[in-house]
Amino acid sequence: MSKELEYLSKRVVARKLSRRHFMGRAAALGLTATGASTMLSSAVYAQGPVKGGTIRVGVPGGSTTDSLDPATTTNQTGTMINRFWGEPLVELAPEGGLENRLAEEVSASADAKVWTFKIRSGVNFSNGKPLTADDVLATMERHAGEDTKSGALGIMRGIKNMRAEGDKFIVELDTANADLPYLMTDYHLMIQPNGGKDDPAAAIGTGPYILKEVDMGVRFVVEKNPDYWGDLGHADTVEVVVINDNTARMAAIQSGQLDMVGRVPPRTAGLVARAPNINVHSTPGPGHYVFIAHCNTAPFDNNDLRLALKYGMDREEMLEKILFGYGSIGNDTPINSSYPLFTEMEQRTYDPDKAKFHFEKSGHEGPILLRTSDNSFPGAPDASALYQQSLAKAGIDLEIKREPNDGYWSEVWNAKPFSTSYWSGRPTQDQMYSTAYLSTADWNDTRFFNDQFDQMLLAARAELDETKRAQIYGDMGALVHDEGGLICPMFNDFIDCTTNRLAGWVDNHKGHDLMNFYAPMKMWVAG
Amino acid sequence: MPLFLKLLVQRIALGLLLLLLVSMLIFWGTNILPGDVAQSILGQSATPEALANIRAELGLNEPALSRYFDWLGGLVQGDLGTALTSGKDIASSLGSRLKNTLFLAFWAAVIAVPLAIFLGLLAVRYRERWPDKLISAVTLASISVPEFLIGYILMYFVGVKLGWAPTVSMIHDGLSLGQKLNAIALPVAVLTMVVLAHMMRMTRAAILNVMQSAYIETAELKGLTMFTIIWRHALPNSIAPIVNVVMINLAYLVVGVVVVEVVFTYPGMGQYLVDHVSKRDVPVVQACGLIFAAVYIVLNMVADIVSILANPRLRHPK
Repeated sequence: MSKELEYLSKRVVARKLSRRHFMGRAAALGLTATGASTMLSSAVYAQGPVKGGTIRVGVPGGSTTDSLDPATTTNQTGTMINRFWGEPLVELAPEGGLENRLAEEVSASADAKVWTFKIRSGVNFSNGKPLTADDVLATMERHAGEDTKSGALGIMRGIKNMRAEGDKFIVELDTANADLPYLMTDYHLMIQPNGGKDDPAAAIGTGPYILKEVDMGVRFVVEKNPDYWGDLGHADTVEVVVINDNTARMAAIQSGQLDMVGRVPPRTAGLVARAPNINVHSTPGPGHYVFIAHCNTAPFDNNDLRLALKYGMDREEMLEKILFGYGSIGNDTPINSSYPLFTEMEQRTYDPDKAKFHFEKSGHEGPILLRTSDNSFPGAPDASALYQQSLAKAGIDLEIKREPNDGYWSEVWNAKPFSTSYWSGRPTQDQMYSTAYLSTADWNDTRFFNDQFDQMLLAARAELDETKRAQIYGDMGALVHDEGGLICPMFNDFIDCTTNRLAGWVDNHKGHDLMNFYAPMKMWVAG
Repeated sequence: MPLFLKLLVQRIALGLLLLLLVSMLIFWGTNILPGDVAQSILGQSATPEALANIRAELGLNEPALSRYFDWLGGLVQGDLGTALTSGKDIASSLGSRLKNTLFLAFWAAVIAVPLAIFLGLLAVRYRERWPDKLISAVTLASISVPEFLIGYILMYFVGVKLGWAPTVSMIHDGLSLGQKLNAIALPVAVLTMVVLAHMMRMTRAAILNVMQSAYIETAELKGLTMFTIIWRHALPNSIAPIVNVVMINLAYLVVGVVVVEVVFTYPGMGQYLVDHVSKRDVPVVQACGLIFAAVYIVLNMVADIVSILANPRLRHPK
């Protein structure tokens, strides 16, 4: 970050320069509006943070079987650990949009087919080697290669050609994609020296912390990277403890053993909030609980039957009884207001009469089989039972089959015609729709094959005018809402807890839980 | 003592055979579970290419039988292999987990075994009177409550409300012995409560049985105090059944603590095994299963040998 901007932002904080003036100067220096305002808010913050101390974090998800190779990261513990030692090119900004990290500048050709990332200069890896565009190229190659096992393979597919030129990393695409930089925020795509090809699990990167103690699935200790280029990381040491048992995790923060825990069960959030030294933070996000029907499999290939199932869902009751109010109701699309180009649509409400009408019109008789398991989303069997009750009032008989947690993702989800599931959401509409609603998507878990929808998705992807894009996404949302196999009762909030020992929580941080997993780096020990 | 040696050799050979059978059973069991290690690693984010790449890399395309014999061949040479999921050497990661589990089991045993036997003797001394009834009631109540519930109750009252002991038993090499003992205070308490009743009741029953004998009456007529009779004359003669029960409970402390380890986030074998079963990491499950089976077999063997040594009739057969 240039010295001049840093100086200017401090002047704004000291009220010696107007905000408008600052934004103008920042734009002249080549910083986008969101980037400039992020910088400003971090300058405001700079008055507060206290350096030093230890932050103790409790998170679920980690397992002894995990590896430090970011290509194989699958759970929230791994995602958080990646953020300590590594960095992506760009990252989601707290208030939405993107902020530059290892890329200093991002630019696109007019047709959005060629993207150029100028790599930040003067940044070193924790092994002392300087960061180059070749390292970035090698990293992307490792995740995109034919024989890769990277979880990011799916999002690397549209890339035709990648190359490094001087301090620039250049990506050429098959088809235009206005959202390409968002793909680079993926938590697998941590830039590693020579792309991690030599030692993928070495955990050497440019991040604000360095791993000191590693016991996979148990405990991690990280210490501040003294040579870190940016302003992340206030505590000297962060200790991350993996606690998968909900009750144990909550007891640990209540007894003062931890300062911060993620994934607070909605059931206990209200109780924990009563403790004077604990703050419960609820953050709306793109994650949603779903009931998914295959649009190409009888009886769900009949749109009237799907509509009957949609009208037979009492969303308010679900939100109240399953999420205890920590969320918002869904509208049978995977998109909510957390997406940048969201447009409001008329809310579908519980209507047993309409459900009955469409059910009779569909001509289907007999019960409908729903498969569910505890791990498809928290409280899924209970939610299924509620659904059974609300459908019964419309004269529809729902039969519930409880499946084991083991093998649910391989045997039931995306395999059986009607089941419960969960989507964590994606940062953009394009990504969410391409991941699960495009005809050719691997995870088209509602078997939604609609040519018009596919064309609109590609058109929106190539469109750089945001108003037009929002319009197209609105129409696509309406298609899924009216014809799709997705029955979405609710979007869940992320619920996290911190104790009074810490300060610096940012409300409504975009991304995932715990301030997109940056809370241990953005918060500080208040004393 | 050639008879004793023969017995020992026989027992060890049988034990090894049992271990082989156990390994087959585990291998077969993990193979019939739905999904394989590649699917478990990738979870919901599995794509066909990534699945195929992982399967090829881990050699999962080999037939099951040849994978089993590969593994067995390695084992015979003392090589437990590497974990499929993380690629780490099983022996070294298992070693530190086993050490932790044994540490927890050791301290639980150090407290539970003498306490159980002492309470058993006390119950005999005051049998059918209030101390006997109180001891029985308390220990039977604690064995009847599921151990995770005892764990949560202690966690809430002792850990959260009173703040006497940590609720997360996170131990690592950087801690001193005192700190480690503090960290495991709650799980040790839970384990003690869980195994106490069985050993205590057995001690009580075995000694009461002996107390009917004529020589106890003689001892009483000699004018010995009740406690001396129990301690010097009754206990040595009822040692065999007590040792048997103690050994079963020691084995339980090593292999049955999965739930307690999960509740208190203790980095022992239980958590390690559960993680690998859910990922279908067969070599690790095999290794853990073998160790658990070996613990059972060895402790039972010790129990048998001790009962033989303690019984002159078995020691000197006609």
